[in-house]
Amino acid sequence: MCTYITKTLAASGSAKGQPDWFNVTDVSVYFDHPVHAQAGHTVNIDLRNPMLGPSARVAAELTADSARALAHAILEILDEAPAGLT
Amino acid sequence: MYDGILAETTTISGHGGELIEAYFARPLGPGPFGSVVVIHHLPGYDAATKEIARHFATLGFVALMPNLYSRDAPGALPDDAAALVRAQGGVPDDRLVGDVAGAAAYLRSLPNTNGKIGVIGYCSGGRQSFLAATSLKLDAAVDCYGAFIVGAVPEGMPLKAGPIVDRTPLLSCPLLGLFGLEDKYPSPEHVLELQQALEAAGKTYEFNSYPDTGHGFFASDRPSYRPAAATEGWKRIEDFFTRYLGD
Repeated sequence: MCTYITKTLAASGSAKGQPDWFNVTDVSVYFDHPVHAQAGHTVNIDLRNPMLGPSARVAAELTADSARALAHAILEILDEAPAGLT
Repeated sequence: MYDGILAETTTISGHGGELIEAYFARPLGPGPFGSVVVIHHLPGYDAATKEIARHFATLGFVALMPNLYSRDAPGALPDDAAALVRAQGGVPDDRLVGDVAGAAAYLRSLPNTNGKIGVIGYCSGGRQSFLAATSLKLDAAVDCYGAFIVGAVPEGMPLKAGPIVDRTPLLSCPLLGLFGLEDKYPSPEHVLELQQALEAAGKTYEFNSYPDTGHGFFASDRPSYRPAAATEGWKRIEDFFTRYLGD
């Protein structure tokens, strides 16, 4: 099914797309059919800057297990970072 | 079967008279041919759906697939356009109906078509095919595993589209439904509820649900592909459209 399960959030940072880096202003996270990954459904992450157009996007499609592992790793890295830097 | 076909991108008038992109595939020959409006799935106006349009041309139908994301992301790659439209919450129902109406009008205007119009959609397009067939005067409609014709959208799902089974009495044409018994959206219970609504409304329909088959079984580039169901399903579609769109 097309789940349409989507969360969007404002973000601040950069991503490397085509042809170069761009400022990230929005992130979409959704669980649905991937475009490229060979799986029925994946966690799909789009780092975007809509002001620059639809092509200002860095996309990732991760299996559910991979996405959970990534989410945990991000939180662990943030927890381990020196106090005052995050 | 037509070995000679012509396929290209064209421009049509969609909802509100706005110009939108469309993929146009037709058999070479004088016709007259029946016509099919192909509704692309949520991942967009992509290579796989263009291949479906070309396949209809080889079967002797003039096929037209409007790019439902033309306005949102003109010129963008299909996956980028789909990501943008998803973030916006999808395609509004009224715009979808207007774009299918525009595609149907374009097809009827061609000198080698017979005026009969079918519509087909897959996945999110399955629901949109039903929506179009309950909104417009068409000659045949195919719903391939369309979710949320029946059944409430789960909480937290920002889908603009709600259930539309209450539109069943408005269905203007015969309906072919192709489903997988292992699918959850639509589940066999959802399919049964739609079937009961069609019975109650006295509509002509044909449903086929395939065992050991889930969602997206026609998608030959995805792990959900089920060759037996897809092959049999294509035969059903060809037979259905030949009966209702032929001369």
